[in-house]
Amino acid sequence: MKTKGYTKHYYLMLLPGFSWLTLFSIVPLFGIAIAFQDFNPGLGVFHSEWIGLENFKYMFTLNDSKTIFFNTIFIAVMKIIGNMIVPLIFALLLNELRLAIFKKWIQTIVYLPHFLSWVILSGILLDIFSYNGPINGILSIFDINPILFFARADLFPFIIVSSDVWKEFGFNTIIFLAALTGINPSLYEAAAIDGASRIQRLLNVTLPGIMTTVILLSVLSLGNVLNAGFDQIFNLYNPLVYSSGDIIDTWVYRTGLLNLQYGLATAMGLLKSVISFTLISVSYFLAYKFANYRIF
Amino acid sequence: MVIEKTLGSKAFDVLLVLFLGGTALLCVLPLWYTLVISLSENAAASSGQVGLWPVGFNFGAYQEIMGDSKFFNSFWISIQRVVLGSSINFVIILLLAYPLSKNAKDFPFRNVFMWILVFTMLFNGGLIPWYQTVKSLGLINNIWALVLGQSVPVFSVILVMNFFRNLPKEIEEAAVVDGSGPWHTLIKIFVPLAVPVLATVTLFSIVYHWNEFFNGLVLMSAADHYPLQTYIQQLVVIIDAQTMTAEQIQKMSELSNQTLNAAKIFIAMIPVLVIYPFLQKFFIHGITLGSVKE
Repeated sequence: MKTKGYTKHYYLMLLPGFSWLTLFSIVPLFGIAIAFQDFNPGLGVFHSEWIGLENFKYMFTLNDSKTIFFNTIFIAVMKIIGNMIVPLIFALLLNELRLAIFKKWIQTIVYLPHFLSWVILSGILLDIFSYNGPINGILSIFDINPILFFARADLFPFIIVSSDVWKEFGFNTIIFLAALTGINPSLYEAAAIDGASRIQRLLNVTLPGIMTTVILLSVLSLGNVLNAGFDQIFNLYNPLVYSSGDIIDTWVYRTGLLNLQYGLATAMGLLKSVISFTLISVSYFLAYKFANYRIF
Repeated sequence: MVIEKTLGSKAFDVLLVLFLGGTALLCVLPLWYTLVISLSENAAASSGQVGLWPVGFNFGAYQEIMGDSKFFNSFWISIQRVVLGSSINFVIILLLAYPLSKNAKDFPFRNVFMWILVFTMLFNGGLIPWYQTVKSLGLINNIWALVLGQSVPVFSVILVMNFFRNLPKEIEEAAVVDGSGPWHTLIKIFVPLAVPVLATVTLFSIVYHWNEFFNGLVLMSAADHYPLQTYIQQLVVIIDAQTMTAEQIQKMSELSNQTLNAAKIFIAMIPVLVIYPFLQKFFIHGITLGSVKE
């Protein structure tokens, strides 16, 4: 193809996007220096005092750090498991449904919560779980005293995980449904002729057919072990549930932007970024190696 | 599909319809409840008498919002942000996806740019360096901080790029033979072919800009610069006290104007509910198109 002269146009096309990227993604990378400084915003990155690994050392002496690491991993892993199993079961059930119109109708509805923000959904959840809200109304039928759900540190992680699964299961179903439509229908025909019941067909045709997708998604989810969901927790938590609900991202926000301990917060953020990046790289490598998965 | 007519199988079908229908209902009931609260009397709402139907049906909350200039100000900021933000995203996505869809043979350094792009998606400096950078660019309290967001929508770029890569090479070759330059080829040939995938990423952009609250919270220091989601977040969600007891939180939730807040939440949902039918039609198709690889 005679596209030799095109290269300079390609550069021109990349210019806006990469300028933007430089300003908002690449320049901040140099700000990582703050993690190794006693950062003073008045002096800036160039004139603040370098203190080596002091911030990291101090970070590990804090009781907070154990709590937030535990909470982050606990909530994130529970979310990963829930967001895998519930959509999988839902997709399998939906696949058994023979009424095509009803199927479409259900899909349309369950995708919806994915597109609403956690600000909106938190407002709604706080109402529903409030002292006089409908959940306590239902509990009162069974003679259970009203519960202040969002003041209970023991319940908080479970509310977080289940509401996240509720929000995302419909959308996560899409991938499994796509995998299910990829299964050769003649396999079902053959199984039926051999006298396989619905359950047997599910176990011997459907499940093996989507196993690769399940494994691939599990591998890729490895990269999310430190992402417990900032938006959701930030909008639902309060000081009473810090012990079980405070995660790395919310801690970094409070420590850095509210308490102005820039160096400490940046150190924690950097540690998170490095671990996450490593995990994502490993998971992508594994996915590429075993499932020939590429993002581009 | 094999159809079976045994009794057990039929009973299973009925249960299945009931279960799936119930699950779907569970996804809309909370939204319906919010609408119902917003149309009820405040006293009934805060004492927990409202169920699935409004108690003391009235539009009082919505009338009150009509006179609330702060609400409309935030609403307007969000509209501006969505229009500017998604148009800019659209242009940037196209301009990145097209050159990057070329082979390294046709576009030297293509892979270098691609790796930079993916790297910025996977690794970042974290909250504080990002905040300090935006601040030093002088973008605090500036709507452009919100419009330009944190980074390029890399995921969307990859989606569109994958779509471009799967278009038959002959299309572009034919265009080049006819004397079409790269810009002309992109706009007149690639864009029309990529309408479903472009619609998908644009709708993603719109939803992102409409829903995003955190940039608004951190980068806007004064409430009159808040986009709608940040405004609502400040109003409804924040339980702002370091030493609040359980009883105080309960008191506060009773004192707050529940119907008014519910009405504001509901209005903030409307744009998503309105574009949702279009979104739904496009996104599954669009995602599948972009994710299929050679």
